[in-house]
Amino acid sequence: MIVENRRTLLLKKFAAHGFLIGFIVVIMFPFLMVVSISFREGNFSVGTLIPTNPTLEHWYLALGLEYTRADGTVVQPPYPVLLWMWNSIKLGIISAAGALAIATISAYALSRIRFRGRMAFLDSLLIIQMFPTTLALVALYAIFDTMGGISPVIGLDSHTSLVLVYLSGVMMHIWTIKGYFDSVDPALDKAAAIDGATPWQTFRFVFLPLAVPIMAVVFVLVFIGVVNDYPIASILLRSEENLTLATGSRFYLSEFEYRWGDFAAAAILSGIPITVVFLIAQRYLVSGLSEGSVKG
Amino acid sequence: MSVAMPAQPGNRGALWRDLVAKALVALVSLAILFAAWVVYAVGQALFGACLVVVALAFFAIYGFRQFYFARFIFPGAVAVLLFILFPVLYTIYLGFTNYSSFNLLTFERAQNVLLSSRIIDEETRRPFALVAEGDQYRVFLPQGEGGLLSEPAPLDGEPASLAAEQVERAPQTTLEMRDVVALRDPLSRIEVTLPDQTLLRASGLREFAYVQPEYELVEDEKLRHVETGEILTPNHEIGFYVREDGSRVTPGWRVFIGTGNFERIFQSQGIRGPLIGIFIWTVGFAVGSTVLCFSLGLLLATILQWEHMRFRAVYRILLILPYAVPAFISILVFRGLFNQNFGEINLILNAIFGIRPAWFTDGFLARAMLLIVNVWLGYPYMMLLGMGFLQAVPQEQKKAAILEGAGALRVFFTITLPQILPPFLPLLLATFAFNFNNIVLILLLTTGGPDIPGTVIPAGQTDILGSFTFRMAFMDSGQQFGLAGAITLIIFLVVTIIAYANFIAMRRTQHGAVQ
Repeated sequence: MIVENRRTLLLKKFAAHGFLIGFIVVIMFPFLMVVSISFREGNFSVGTLIPTNPTLEHWYLALGLEYTRADGTVVQPPYPVLLWMWNSIKLGIISAAGALAIATISAYALSRIRFRGRMAFLDSLLIIQMFPTTLALVALYAIFDTMGGISPVIGLDSHTSLVLVYLSGVMMHIWTIKGYFDSVDPALDKAAAIDGATPWQTFRFVFLPLAVPIMAVVFVLVFIGVVNDYPIASILLRSEENLTLATGSRFYLSEFEYRWGDFAAAAILSGIPITVVFLIAQRYLVSGLSEGSVKG
Repeated sequence: MSVAMPAQPGNRGALWRDLVAKALVALVSLAILFAAWVVYAVGQALFGACLVVVALAFFAIYGFRQFYFARFIFPGAVAVLLFILFPVLYTIYLGFTNYSSFNLLTFERAQNVLLSSRIIDEETRRPFALVAEGDQYRVFLPQGEGGLLSEPAPLDGEPASLAAEQVERAPQTTLEMRDVVALRDPLSRIEVTLPDQTLLRASGLREFAYVQPEYELVEDEKLRHVETGEILTPNHEIGFYVREDGSRVTPGWRVFIGTGNFERIFQSQGIRGPLIGIFIWTVGFAVGSTVLCFSLGLLLATILQWEHMRFRAVYRILLILPYAVPAFISILVFRGLFNQNFGEINLILNAIFGIRPAWFTDGFLARAMLLIVNVWLGYPYMMLLGMGFLQAVPQEQKKAAILEGAGALRVFFTITLPQILPPFLPLLLATFAFNFNNIVLILLLTTGGPDIPGTVIPAGQTDILGSFTFRMAFMDSGQQFGLAGAITLIIFLVVTIIAYANFIAMRRTQHGAVQ
């Protein structure tokens, strides 16, 4: 411990806490406002942080229920938020499962099987994953537009097409899982090989059970990535019942119809589950990231 | 995937298993080949070729034991090939074509559209009525007391040709107008032949008329206008049929136009001017966001790492919160908060300073707003990474420096920063690349606005290259896919340089950190 003057230390502590608290107040401002707005009457009204006439109207609408105002008028929910949420969750889970299957198998091969061109393959993966999918949007649109002529399942406005595109995001996850496999003791798979296991069996019965923690991390990463995706979903999805949360929420604040209060309630409702998943997983996410980094 | 499970070596007794596996491999290969053929048939020759490669590779890899290792990599490699590598290359290829809302179709389909266009002979227009008969309908064309009544047809959308015969009296009940409206679409697909062999088609909601094709095909893919006799010649250079006076007939079709789009970009003042501005702002935005997020994140990480700090865990969770909330929600929340008239930020500014900044209509303020929001979104990631890297800096060196009388700032800049910067570099480059293409933020917050005046293609003062391209292809300026592809090539080159620099940085530091 470095010896410091007690007075200056106290002053420094005071300054540090003061700075952090001030900073957090500024950072938290949007969250507090959104909660307040979601209980406010109407979509335009200006009010104090604690609403004077709190109303549950926006929450009813966000939950897909109709709301009867005090004067007897019945308001219908403007958008199917719960359906969009379900679409996002469905797409997230299917893509995450698919990406996980592909990434785990590839990571095993890249970590354990020595073959010619292995390093070149790894390097090209690293470079390719730096190219954002947004570069390919025009082509993806053109491809799925014509593929729709074969079958609407792989055309525009189809969830299947969207999952196929999301599966291409596996590259960085191959790296993460490979880093984890590299840290597995080679004695384990040697023992399995001596017992007569094929590489597939070694993978299935030795590596897969070991990889469960890192697989959970990758699953959450893909899931969050899919739920947060806006550009790809916005060009591939069309009809209202197929939209995801990210693509649908935009309608609340369009120039023609400004539904600030309704949006606030819908945003909290849909944001909380994802935020909770993230906060639970973040400890592992960060360690997963540095896992991958040391072993690269 | 059971196909990937080979018959076990030394297990010769189960020969049938081996055979079944081989048959399955052959079947799947054939299925992919068939898919390739279907894709080729709808006009995606390149994608079809990719699928042929996939089919052959699948057959070789799962059919023969010497490629055993590749069985594990194949699925990942296919995903990369089909959905990253091919689309990126195809986008660039589209940059050399005239693919746009005017040139959307293939030549055959554009020609079919022209051949199926009809002209109505105004002289023969006559009113009609529909007569329901069970599930079927008859078309009635009144004429004097009676009229002409057609054969019944189900009107289920199938094209049909109906013969009409003279009847003495008009039918008693005919369909109401709104029922006719409901049948408008199937009605347009039937034709009625009169006793004198004249062919009538629906020419509106109330009338049938003699309708004839506008064009007929003559030699060399040329089209002749039936009434005027004018010849349309296909021009495969520009992808349009041209009239004799040289004017173009829409729809056109997709053709390879070489460097046409690039010439447009670099020669048209209305495109080049905004493009240079957008490029500078894109780099500025990406550098600004990265530097600001890095500085703020590192500052917070340093404070949180300070050993005298209490409640570190609480601070940490609260500071991470902006990272944990889905970005699209936060960005839309800011869109509302910054609203000039109802936004809470302006309410506060108005109450304290009496000002109401026009965040969305003033170019400078809009850019400032983007940076503020992006720092809010991005600093927690840097803070998390910074906390990790700061732990790796040895305490002894810092202590020694302090004993020598160095201040906290000096210690940070001479000892801590030089040690954490190399491992941080790849992540900073990745953040730069991410922000270089951060179109979600731009599209959801400002949609590029406010617009730059005097441009050929809508371009905004907050547009980055990616959002400019996105708007060009999918939003207000209408499906300029070719031009968008050309600009994507420019972005692609920049990203390649960043990616290569990043790759070198990673190899050098042996930190293959993956963002």
